[in-house]
Amino acid sequence: MNNIIEPTSEKHQSSQVVNDNPFYDPTLIKRHNKAKRFKFFTIASIVFAICFLVFFLGDMVVKGLPAFQQTYVQIDVTYNKKTIVSTRKAIDKKYRRIVSRAWLRNIPKLVEASPELINTTRKTWVLANHQIDQYMKGHYYKIKDKQLKLIQQMEQQATIKLKFNSLFFTHGDSKTPENSGMLSATIGSILTLIVTMLTAFPLGVMTAVYLEEFAEDNRWTQLIEVNINNLAAIPSILFGLLGLAVFINLLGMPRSSPLVGGLTLALMTLPIIIVSSRAALRSVPDSIRQAGYGLGLTKIQVVQDHVLPLAFPGIMTGSIIGMAQAMGETAPLIIIGMIAFIPDSPSSIFEAATVMPAQIFTWAGMPERAYIERTAAGIMILLSVLISLNTLAIILRKKLEVKW
Amino acid sequence: MKAFESKKRHNEIKEKVIKLFLIAAASVSILTTFGVLFSILFEAIEFFQMRSFWYFITGTEWSPGVANSKFGALPIFSGTFIITFIAMSVALPIGLGSAIFMSEYATPSTRNKLKPLLEILAGIPTVVYGFFAAITVAPAIVNFFSLLGIHASFNSALASGIVMGIMIIPIISSLSDDVIQAVPDSQRKASLALGMTMSETISHIVIPSALPGIISATLLGLSKALGETMIVVMAAGLRPNLSWNILEDMTTVTVRIVDSLVGDHEFNSPDTLSAFALGLILFFVTLLLNIVSLALIRKFKEKYKINTL
Amino acid sequence: MTKNMDYPSNDITGQKPLNNSLLNNKIMVQGLNLYYGDNQALKTIDIDVYENKITALIGPSGCGKSTFLRCLNRMNDLISSVRVEGTVIIDGKNIYDKDVDEVSVRKRVGMVFQQPNPFPKSIYDNVSYAPLKHGMVKKGHKCDDLVEKSLLQAGLWNEVKDKLAQPGTSLSGGQQQRLCIARTIAVQPDVILMDEPTSALDPISTEKIETLMLELKEKYTIVIVTHNMQQAGRVADHTAFFHMGELIEYADTETIFINPGRKKTEDYITGRYG
Repeated sequence: MNNIIEPTSEKHQSSQVVNDNPFYDPTLIKRHNKAKRFKFFTIASIVFAICFLVFFLGDMVVKGLPAFQQTYVQIDVTYNKKTIVSTRKAIDKKYRRIVSRAWLRNIPKLVEASPELINTTRKTWVLANHQIDQYMKGHYYKIKDKQLKLIQQMEQQATIKLKFNSLFFTHGDSKTPENSGMLSATIGSILTLIVTMLTAFPLGVMTAVYLEEFAEDNRWTQLIEVNINNLAAIPSILFGLLGLAVFINLLGMPRSSPLVGGLTLALMTLPIIIVSSRAALRSVPDSIRQAGYGLGLTKIQVVQDHVLPLAFPGIMTGSIIGMAQAMGETAPLIIIGMIAFIPDSPSSIFEAATVMPAQIFTWAGMPERAYIERTAAGIMILLSVLISLNTLAIILRKKLEVKW
Repeated sequence: MKAFESKKRHNEIKEKVIKLFLIAAASVSILTTFGVLFSILFEAIEFFQMRSFWYFITGTEWSPGVANSKFGALPIFSGTFIITFIAMSVALPIGLGSAIFMSEYATPSTRNKLKPLLEILAGIPTVVYGFFAAITVAPAIVNFFSLLGIHASFNSALASGIVMGIMIIPIISSLSDDVIQAVPDSQRKASLALGMTMSETISHIVIPSALPGIISATLLGLSKALGETMIVVMAAGLRPNLSWNILEDMTTVTVRIVDSLVGDHEFNSPDTLSAFALGLILFFVTLLLNIVSLALIRKFKEKYKINTL
Repeated sequence: MTKNMDYPSNDITGQKPLNNSLLNNKIMVQGLNLYYGDNQALKTIDIDVYENKITALIGPSGCGKSTFLRCLNRMNDLISSVRVEGTVIIDGKNIYDKDVDEVSVRKRVGMVFQQPNPFPKSIYDNVSYAPLKHGMVKKGHKCDDLVEKSLLQAGLWNEVKDKLAQPGTSLSGGQQQRLCIARTIAVQPDVILMDEPTSALDPISTEKIETLMLELKEKYTIVIVTHNMQQAGRVADHTAFFHMGELIEYADTETIFINPGRKKTEDYITGRYG
């Protein structure tokens, strides 16, 4: 290829090549280079997309992993009548700026749970506050010199260390970062999704059955079809406006509740379930229906006993994908108030609740740096659940493909 | 005989009842669309009874919550437009390039490995993208431009635009991939047999054939970008800003909707109702984009007689 | 049937049809083997194709005749599992040599396919697409002339001259196939390969294409794969009979049809199989 650069040698070369190679075409060099650039561009695009994914997941893991550990300090805790009332006095004064206030507030409950503690002083691993925790993890921290010295001293005595952060899985949200966890949001997500699936699944499957098996090709059917396509394209936030105006303001359902959130998400999930269920029903061979009619079964019986069971894996695939999408949805839930501060897990679908993505949103907006790692950890958990759900859907789809 | 007759009647009634149930279920989706429309429309009408529609469309000052509040949405529309434009200039080339690579150059095994990866990208919740935009991308942009001596906002339109573009890549790539694959192979062979290179064949024969589908994918991506909420709520600004500088903070329709409904305003105040006015615009624009997109894809299907997609 | 007895027992494939010095070798194929993965689809093919003649390739389905045809313009390169051994010499150069660009091979060895496959562009653009990209002409009068000339040669000009802007796909099947031929000759190739070009067409369109082929051979070397033996008889100067990836017999068309040298050939010609 050097010969392109030097015109003299190119001339020499080409005149020679033309003689013994009838297929030599100098104009092709330019076109091939263009083709190479084009191919390079397409490779670069896909590489960019994949690199982003890797970088992004890596970024989340790097940011989120520290949240699975939490700093504890081993100090003397005195349990007596006085310290139950004024919990700050349960520990030595010098530790007050090191220990989590949320932990101290929990002392009465501890004593209630194990009464033998009363009137004793014990060496206990106590939750440290988030600044100390950030220091231990090598992040940015704001600690006064006096405390800093104390911590360094404790480090030498090994009375301060990082432990597995089980609080993250057993606690709800908290105003103190070190004490906050995903539990209430997880319960909220589960309750909301139960409402969503209980509503969207039967409605979606029934709509699909109607459109595939019963509907005549008339205006009404066409209207429904066009409508389903449009429904899928309505921005999610507008569903939030619907939820606010209809479910809360018109029907008076409790604000921030999994009931309203679940119903709102159900309407969004509906098109996904309908489209995939229709595809599943369509893939059931007609011969099965004919056979059913041949046995004298009614249309309902044929659909109920023969077509639906065969289409079931496909319907499940679509429903799981729809569920995964509903699970990651945030915008409409913000509108209906599901971003409230919820420290305790909701026990029914009528109570105020928050969901995992909304919890992530709330934490992402917190000023304390310690929330960043918790946000990323929350994202790791949410993504693992979503990826597992999607993998499950893919496995089901593969199983279905083998059938026919 | 009589027993048989009554059983038959019983069955017929049962059949009718079930069918009625099915029709009722199917009607829910229609009710939902109209529910969305009317729940927005009524509140929006209430808003426009208080405030001028004309000023809403053309006014340049948006100042809710103050004594002499003004609702000119032009800076909001411009912010939405600019962020969407940035998103599309990221998503369109990369999405289309990926689709071309997967359908034209990649071997089937590479393709089977790449597709699920892009599907993961599509499955990431937008709140996660928003966090990434706010925590990683926005500071990176500020740092990068400060090296060049240029000031960039931590809520720059560029940060949320880029991340939104990445979010849209899988939408464009997966639909484009489908339509490119649906272009008959005989077209490629004919072009290659004329002595065309692969890239000439792709750009002059395959892409023009798949164009309606690609445009349809683009419109769908556009509609997703316009309606995207979390990324902009977390990474873009709150300040309506009529500016072309993509390093400044800007706000969007969706951000304003969230902001006016999350605060503690009285529900029937123009501050709150303005959210519905913005929602109404968003509803019609995305609806229009979707209808055009569907019409284009139908045209493509008819041309190549495809029943799937 | 009586003369079956005196076939030579020794197999000699690829015998030359004529030792006439007036014939010019356009393509010389030597020891061509082709594999789809581990599966050998062509077995040591030796054959010479002569300039300005029509050479027909016949044989039962799956005998490798279309695969062989695609070797002549390296269209098999597009299938990743295909491996080719041996040489295909066109104008004194092996087209499988490293310094030969398959793109320029295809430019000089055009191809017409079984199904008419015009591009979804206008009739004019269908013809002008490749010459423009090859830089043979620029947009304008010269390009118009080339399009007209090519359509004239393909016998389509009079039918389409008033609707050049209409899409090529709006034509009838036979017209579409002639458009594909016009598109191919617009690139001014030396050789035109035709892969069962009339199998999707009605008898009248077929006849038009056959007449066209006889005209085209004045200027081009044509290799045609056909299922239709009558067609080979009508248009081909030389005919090669393929069976199970082997070249069984290659001779004057007349010889093949009237006095085949091999029993397999005769069985095929008389319709015993295939």
